[in-house]
Amino acid sequence: MIQAQPETVLSVEELCVDYVTDRGPVRAVDRVSLEVARGEFLGIVGESGCGKSTLLFAIARLLSPPAEITSGAVRFNGRDMVAMRDEELRHLRWREYSVVMQSAMNALNPVMTIGAQLKDVIHAHDHMGAREIGERSREVLRLVGIDPVHLRSYPHQLSGGMRQRAMIAMALVFTPELVIMDEPTSALDVVAQRSLMVQIKQLQRKIGFAAIFVTHDMSLVSHFSDRLAVMYAGQVVEIGDTRRLFAEPKHPYTAGLMGSFPSITGPIEPLVGIGGAPPDLAHPPAGCRFHPRCPRVMPRCSVDNPDFYNQEKDLVRCFLYDGRAAGAERVSQLDH
Amino acid sequence: MITDLPTPPGGSELLRTRALTKHFKMGGVFSRSHLHAVDGIDLVIGENEIVAVVGESGSGKSTLARLIAMVYKPTSGEILHRGSPISALRSRRKILDYRGRVPMVFQDPYGSLSPVYRVSHGLMRSLKLHRTDLSDRGRRQEAEYLLESVGLTPPADFLAKYPYELSGGQRQRIGFAQALACRPELILADEPVSMLDVSVRIGVLNLMSSLRRRERISFLYITHDIASARYVADRIVVMYAGQIAETGPVEDVLAHPKHPYTQLLLSAVPDPRAPVSVPASAEVQEPPRVIDPQAGCRFRDRCPFAIDECSRVTPRLRLLRPDHEAACHVAASDMEGGEQVSGALLN
Repeated sequence: MIQAQPETVLSVEELCVDYVTDRGPVRAVDRVSLEVARGEFLGIVGESGCGKSTLLFAIARLLSPPAEITSGAVRFNGRDMVAMRDEELRHLRWREYSVVMQSAMNALNPVMTIGAQLKDVIHAHDHMGAREIGERSREVLRLVGIDPVHLRSYPHQLSGGMRQRAMIAMALVFTPELVIMDEPTSALDVVAQRSLMVQIKQLQRKIGFAAIFVTHDMSLVSHFSDRLAVMYAGQVVEIGDTRRLFAEPKHPYTAGLMGSFPSITGPIEPLVGIGGAPPDLAHPPAGCRFHPRCPRVMPRCSVDNPDFYNQEKDLVRCFLYDGRAAGAERVSQLDH
Repeated sequence: MITDLPTPPGGSELLRTRALTKHFKMGGVFSRSHLHAVDGIDLVIGENEIVAVVGESGSGKSTLARLIAMVYKPTSGEILHRGSPISALRSRRKILDYRGRVPMVFQDPYGSLSPVYRVSHGLMRSLKLHRTDLSDRGRRQEAEYLLESVGLTPPADFLAKYPYELSGGQRQRIGFAQALACRPELILADEPVSMLDVSVRIGVLNLMSSLRRRERISFLYITHDIASARYVADRIVVMYAGQIAETGPVEDVLAHPKHPYTQLLLSAVPDPRAPVSVPASAEVQEPPRVIDPQAGCRFRDRCPFAIDECSRVTPRLRLLRPDHEAACHVAASDMEGGEQVSGALLN
């Protein structure tokens, strides 16, 4: 569906994830397809409950019951991870792809020093001598701007920003090709958040890993991601170049999100946000999942589920861009 | 000594804090150290005015709101409500009356509503406690009116709902309805939108603006999001480490930030409309926990402009532009020339 790029690290194809509940399965991720090129920074944005974290866990094969992948493929360097056994995955984890969790305070062990936790990781995935482990640990801590004396510190002795940095240091121990990040900055203050983002970007340039960065705050990634995928109610509704997406959002949901942020510059304009609330995924609306909240809803939106439509290099899941619908192009042109 | 702030523009004074201070005792029984959460805050909130307090976590902004809400007792300093100190309120009735006039709306709409009661329960309790003038039927009508005024229609349906049936934005609107039930003059809103989804945040901010316009209610809007403060507030108070770093009309402060901390905060706000620029250095320091502080500016270790004086003398708020004050030696000397710096030393 998406044109294959020469250097694709990860490709997700028509991935579906269901949560099995007493009242039947709830589809949290619905036919998601996306690709990440080598060294690329892909942002995934969406509101809570849109399935962005579930998608990320599915990609990393970290889902646990009641969630399960029901169809689709996740190809990492060409190999389908969905079909892999745990033993095979163990060889890929940390070494070829790693995950940075949302809350460092919960992800780090409070009764182990940072050094001991780094040692744990290295032990589990490689055979290194104690000296080598020490050297590698100091190296990765320096990489993220933490003084190696903190190898002997416990997580509670570090500030929130430093804990997140320590998490990133652990993820980089084996210089993986892909780092998957689930809102690593959401617990931080703006200044610390900004500095962590800058640092992630610098590390990425230096080491060259590809990054998937999940966040609910699209303005946060606006200056850092190469491409952006916008999720709504379990589906990717728009995916494309970050700057293009901000300059001219195509999907009405993306446009609505853009209109939800007050700015600190320019005139203060009354904003409206998006009326209503995201749907309950146990009972998604028929047709397009956004149609009950959509300001540009058309009759067919409540009946048919839109597919992806090509807009130059980008993809939009909205009937406004269905080439067959006469005049749709023109309508969207008029809006800008 | 502390000079009294002028009456706020556009309305008469509703609430004033004078050198308001809250220290928390730290550590064990024999520990003598104190955390200076709020240190000497002078603040005026006018009628029909929205004042935003911004700062990072640990800056003391929530403690300030809790002091005003009478959740904490101040270590020193005063809170004046329409000119009279609230510490003089002795009877339960008078305290209840004050709390009704200055209610609080909380950050977490998932934790602030009891899951076992319908929406009507909390609202009716507020009405029973604070609106003794109403009959049973009057209360019911009032509850419906309140839900309508926070945008929850049809109100009868919402009264019968349980919190789990509501979205985050709807829950936060219930929080505002409960605050409105006691006919408030000033609502203390402590990060009311930070836990909501981006697409519904703006609706709650708009609700605050419209309540101010329609019901002439003032707000103390506590937030870490400067852009939202600019969107709703008239005046802004930037707090750092328990003190006010800078305060003034929101547009003036954002257009002409005088304190280096305000400048740092502004530069950190992600703004998709700004041109693409990734700064070369990642600033790594974080705000201090102020335990038994010495004299001197609390921002000096992070400040790119710190001078010798900053480590010796605690800067006081000084008027640098019309209605716009900042507590910074460097900004003050830039403004008024070298002589004034030594003048500040004498204070």
